[in-house]
Amino acid sequence: MSAEIIQSRREWLLSDRPASRLQARLGRAYVTWRRFSANRLALIGLLIIIALLVVAALADVLAPYSPTIGDLKNARLLPPGAAHWFGTDDLGRDIYSRIVYGSRWTLYVVILVAVIAAPIGLLVGTVAGYAGGWTDAILMRITDIFLAFPKLVLALAFVAALGPGIENAVLAIAITSWPPYARIARAETLTVRNSDYIKAVQLMGASPFRIVLRHIMPLCVSSLIVRVTLDMAGIILTAAGLGFLGLGAQPPLPEWGAMIASGRRFILDQWWVAAAPGAAILIVSLGFNLLGDGLRDALDPRSGDQ
Amino acid sequence: MTAAIAIQGLEVVFDRFRALKGVSLEVGEGQSYGLVGESGSGKSTLLKAITGLAPVASGTVTVNGKTLGKTRDKAFYRDVQMVFQDPYGSLHPRQTVDRLLQEPLAIHGIADGEKRIERALDEVGLGKGFRFRYAHQLSGGQRQRVAIARALILEPSILLLDEPTSALDASVQAEVLNLLEEVRRRRKLTFLMVSHDLAIITHMCERLMVMQNGEAVETLTASQLIGHRVSEDYTRNLLRASEGFVRV
Repeated sequence: MSAEIIQSRREWLLSDRPASRLQARLGRAYVTWRRFSANRLALIGLLIIIALLVVAALADVLAPYSPTIGDLKNARLLPPGAAHWFGTDDLGRDIYSRIVYGSRWTLYVVILVAVIAAPIGLLVGTVAGYAGGWTDAILMRITDIFLAFPKLVLALAFVAALGPGIENAVLAIAITSWPPYARIARAETLTVRNSDYIKAVQLMGASPFRIVLRHIMPLCVSSLIVRVTLDMAGIILTAAGLGFLGLGAQPPLPEWGAMIASGRRFILDQWWVAAAPGAAILIVSLGFNLLGDGLRDALDPRSGDQ
Repeated sequence: MTAAIAIQGLEVVFDRFRALKGVSLEVGEGQSYGLVGESGSGKSTLLKAITGLAPVASGTVTVNGKTLGKTRDKAFYRDVQMVFQDPYGSLHPRQTVDRLLQEPLAIHGIADGEKRIERALDEVGLGKGFRFRYAHQLSGGQRQRVAIARALILEPSILLLDEPTSALDASVQAEVLNLLEEVRRRRKLTFLMVSHDLAIITHMCERLMVMQNGEAVETLTASQLIGHRVSEDYTRNLLRASEGFVRV
């Protein structure tokens, strides 16, 4: 019985003749999902990211200790055990709790960078690609200048100018990570700007603003989503790098990069202090990379007749 | 009869290449006018120059009594619409038919969208079942019907057709041509149609202009072309070529 319901639902989704806007959209989403879920590794990536979201949301419930207040007297640098799963650090803080709370900061950095950098890149790229001429030349030269700087060094310079702190680290990473997105968006725009379907919209009297926003941007978004997802790992690592150098999150924030930095001093005798946050960074970066790979296969407009 | 389209000495230059060299023509209201010639003769460029997609170097284009400047306003696009050659390239790959048809209505702020979309789909012989399909769910002929519906939804008086059937196979070609004929009769449209197929032009158009290398070779009526009463050698060659292979 239930198998029949599922079967008829699938037919409804894959219908050649959708009867409403919603059905057409859901059908399309379903096809994309089927293509995505055919990839096992991508599903693992998605699970890791969902797990990260859950941990960040439920940090208060999952963490047995406070992330910032430790027991200096009795619990300094304890090895992993039943009371402290990942051990404790030099200030007697439970590392497991700090990693659980640190997931919030990781998400905060990643989401904020994506939300700032991707739209800037998309806007610059599509406008440059569609307008052409002088606008294109000026916008792209600015992009080139930003691209010419090594990312971490430029971020370092920004943080040094703005002062250390996680907000400034986010800003610095965002400022350095939009140029590749602008390049991608421009390349995509150039391939579609002379197509007949864009000309057809021009012939309806649409304004350039409308064409870029409603007809060109949707075509660039999927390749941009893929690229941003693949970059998330890099963003986490850059944030961790800034944290490690003491220019990102400041103590006592439980940011993973800063945690590794503070564990550096005991890396030979108390390896778990640095290893636990290192493993967390590794797993989350891997998750984003797997997810991005899967999204590329599922969303790439050039594969299949989407 | 007043002229729907009047073109005087039109020149189009792309980076020093003269695509059109002083072409003039006049299309009466409600007339169907054909442009024939080999590839690169400038026939499609002429249509693009009218719509403002090609850079006009000199000459004037007058549509419904209004001489056009460098830019085209919205009112122009409500009068003049175009159907492109390649139905596989002229529909946005990420939009449903519904979205495609809604766009012109949204741009021009037309309120009774629902009704117009349904009417437009009926008019081109596609039922409601096609409304929420994406372009990749349609065949070539169906796509071209959608493109025609999109052009008609603003209720223009002039339709520019850039080889509307050359990408379709023979039976579908006939269907689309019949649809265009029917639409023209019902709406009293003016057609300016480009084709390299003389048979289609003689079938669809009353008058035609033969073009070569960006210049007008001669202007004929359809019956002159059918009766081979032509004066230029080039046209004679075209006619011979269109008869196809002759077995020796």
